[in-house]
Amino acid sequence: MNPAKVLQKEEIAPGIFLMNLETPRVAAKAQAGQFFVLRVDDKGERIPLTIADFNRKEGQIVTVFQVVGRTTAKLADLKVGDELATLVGPLGKPTEISQFGFTVLIGGGVGVAALYPILREFKKAGNFTYTIQGARSKEFLIWEEKLLAYSDKLILTTDDGSKGRKGVVTDPLKEVLEKEKVDLVFAVGPSMMMKFVSEITREYGVKTVVSLNPIMVDATGMCGACRVEVGGKTYFGCVDGPDFDGHQVNWELLLARQRMYCDEEEIARKNNA
Amino acid sequence: MPKIKAQEQLPKERIHNFNEVSFGYTLEEGQKEAERCLQCKRAPCRQGCPVGIDIPAFIALIKETKFLEAAWKIKETNSLPAICGRVCPQEIQCEKFCTLRHKDEPVAIGRLERLVADLEIEKGFKIPEVRKKLKTPVAVVGSGPAGLTVAGDLARRGYPVVIFEALHQAGGVLVYGIPEFRLPKKIVQAEVSYLESLGVSIELNTVIGQTLSLDDLFKEGFKSIFLGLGAGAPVFMKIEGENLNGIYSANEFLTRVNLMRAYLFPEYDTPVKRGKRVAVIGGGNVALDAARTALRLGAEKVYLVYRRTEAEMPARQEEYEHAKEEGVEMLFLTLPVKFEGKDGWVEKMVCIKMELGEPDETGRRRPVPVPGSEFSLDVDQVIIAIGTRANPLLISRVPGLRLNERGYIKVNERGRTSKKGVFAGGDIVTGSATVISAMGMGKVAAQAIHDYLS
Ligand SMILES: Cc1cc2nc3c(=O)[nH]c(=O)nc-3n(C[C@H](O)[C@H](O)[C@H](O)COP(=O)(O)OP(=O)(O)OC[C@H]3O[C@@H](n4cnc5c(N)ncnc54)[C@H](O)[C@@H]3O)c2cc1C
Ligand SMILES: Cc1cc2nc3c(=O)[nH]c(=O)nc-3n(C[C@H](O)[C@H](O)[C@H](O)COP(=O)(O)OP(=O)(O)OC[C@H]3O[C@@H](n4cnc5c(N)ncnc54)[C@H](O)[C@@H]3O)c2cc1C
Ligand code: SF4
Ligand code: SF4
Ligand code: FES
Repeated sequence: MNPAKVLQKEEIAPGIFLMNLETPRVAAKAQAGQFFVLRVDDKGERIPLTIADFNRKEGQIVTVFQVVGRTTAKLADLKVGDELATLVGPLGKPTEISQFGFTVLIGGGVGVAALYPILREFKKAGNFTYTIQGARSKEFLIWEEKLLAYSDKLILTTDDGSKGRKGVVTDPLKEVLEKEKVDLVFAVGPSMMMKFVSEITREYGVKTVVSLNPIMVDATGMCGACRVEVGGKTYFGCVDGPDFDGHQVNWELLLARQRMYCDEEEIARKNNA
Repeated sequence: MPKIKAQEQLPKERIHNFNEVSFGYTLEEGQKEAERCLQCKRAPCRQGCPVGIDIPAFIALIKETKFLEAAWKIKETNSLPAICGRVCPQEIQCEKFCTLRHKDEPVAIGRLERLVADLEIEKGFKIPEVRKKLKTPVAVVGSGPAGLTVAGDLARRGYPVVIFEALHQAGGVLVYGIPEFRLPKKIVQAEVSYLESLGVSIELNTVIGQTLSLDDLFKEGFKSIFLGLGAGAPVFMKIEGENLNGIYSANEFLTRVNLMRAYLFPEYDTPVKRGKRVAVIGGGNVALDAARTALRLGAEKVYLVYRRTEAEMPARQEEYEHAKEEGVEMLFLTLPVKFEGKDGWVEKMVCIKMELGEPDETGRRRPVPVPGSEFSLDVDQVIIAIGTRANPLLISRVPGLRLNERGYIKVNERGRTSKKGVFAGGDIVTGSATVISAMGMGKVAAQAIHDYLS
């Protein structure tokens, strides 16, 4: 069987949790850029979370998630030793890794955890890694030291200026695009952030890969809940992605589809309280 | 004498719940119906059953009120009778060949099968003795009717069998697609647990092609692999506005409601949109299931929009009758051409009228658009049920696995693929078909796997 046991749980920033899960088969196959799907209990929803790190030998994966609604709240309530009802993965295509040259890697909010294994692979593949990490304020900056270990340069931004530069990730992005010949930009974080990043890099003609997070159900290509439009064509985010060309993504559609269940999410939150 | 009727929930009541529509026969009704059977020597009905049930024999047992014996008789060749009795399109299978069809109506073979199978579930299964334990494990990928049949047949022959299933519940379309009001999930669970008691083990939450590859399975010691992957990928219409909010594939809509129990939201966590004016596009079982599910979720108006006519509908007869009784409005010879929306949500569906032209490759007359006949419908939910295709997730990652022109797995008449030791059957070979044809292919493949391993 596939165990899915919580080995460690820690609140690493307000409302942001790190969880270490025992799941040998998933750990054995995990690659940077992939995700898994979980269900907390038998009445639970299936939600996707990124594999933020993995240890093949120990059969473990790490995930970092933000509490935003019912499922993530239930997940945060689990205790060490609890078992998840479902854990399936690794899912999605791994991020394409090669020696691109000068790369800019951007992580926003919890997206930083998703960025980490990709950054590590980019660095190992011989790229120059210019990393930009953004958060609302100082206490939401996570995994700074882990990013530092694989970044040739690490820039921090906070909305309120409580640490690093005051402002958003696109400010240092513009500067580096002005100064350097950038070969590739990779961004993961809130859809709005990825949209703005893509708009800027388009002006500079720099290829930009983004990791999309549409609503999913099965995450095996069976339902089409996760459909995204890229270059005018419809793709299934779960099996064709999650990585896509940021310049080709229909961002309005993605943002609208992410709001599909706003009313129901509100009901669920009230029901939880 | 016509068929004995089975009692049903009244349409105006049943559209407010997800309970089963048909109550099935009582023992007395079943026995009466069994008495209609002529016990024909040549039993023409049998040629219509892909799993080869000895139909007159089990009906004779019912006649003698040996109901459990009748169930055991069926179980000799069919491990999932409570399911088949409910969802087989009997009018084109066994009942199509029944001698009585010339006189009046055929014997209600499906309902009789359901009756005794349900009784066995209620009384407890008789677990057949497995004579010998073999040492050649077989892996089955997918727990739909094809995979379950292969697993059951091989387990009974003494093979250790492990089913690998991507989802968190076994049954394939039986649990994520076909709604509760036609096939209660507890029936599927009971028949799956019967297979487990034969020694089949089921590993859920395991996607072959992602979690493990076929080579991993061979390395883990499996000597043969059966692929029963289904035709799980939804087809969209590729028309303007199709990705607007409120537009679902039937697979997503039905999966949310059935597998995830969204009709019980917020007791269950998964939501589904409850449309007021719903259009379902398609004319098969899937479309009817989606339409009737939308009604039960509280829709005021449900249209079934089909580009051909009633005569060409591939749906099961009984379901079509049920849908009409429940008030689904049929719009035949109608094709959607685009969707219009506001603030990202679907509001209107523009359609064009069709007429039937020359016969196409399937022999059915091809619908062609009538110029200038566009009209639009106000809708707040659309469910697309125009078919499925092979899900490439696994099959695109198996070097040397040959596919046909339509992207399905190529097999010989015994279910053998181009890859050594790998067999396949069900919808992933034929394209979307029926439960019983998937099971029929499973039976053939189980025999072929046995021959391959002996
Ligand atoms: C490939 C992928 C990787 C992701 N990785 C991470 C991660 O590493 N860390 C993290 O914190 N979040 C991640 N997310 C987002 C995470 O899945 C959602 O935050 C989570 O589903 C919210 O569920 P909820 O019940 O707590 O909140 P809800 O109140 O249900 O929803 C809050 C928000 O989450 C989105 N959402 C809801 N249900 C789903 C669903 N079934 N599938 C996808 N999105 C949904 C909605 O757009 C909504 O805006 C990822 C999403 C995707 C698609
Ligand atoms: C809504 C609906 C209603 C229907 N109504 C009827 C009806 O009334 N009567 C009838 O006879 N037929 C009906 N059908 C058709 C019938 O259900 C199918 O023909 C039948 O289920 C096919 O069986 P299968 O075993 O080939 O595949 P499926 O039932 O599709 O099962 C395939 C299973 O394999 C799993 N799987 C796929 N890929 C992988 C992988 N890589 N790794 C692990 N697991 C995997 C899937 O998750 C799934 O559980 C209906 C279909 C639908 C969708
Ligand atoms: S399994 Fe289906 S086809 Fe065979 S006898 Fe039963 S209802 Fe008829
Ligand atoms: S053909 Fe009809 S009447 Fe004859 S044995 Fe079969 S079920 Fe009975
Ligand atoms: S989540 Fe169902 S197809 Fe992607």
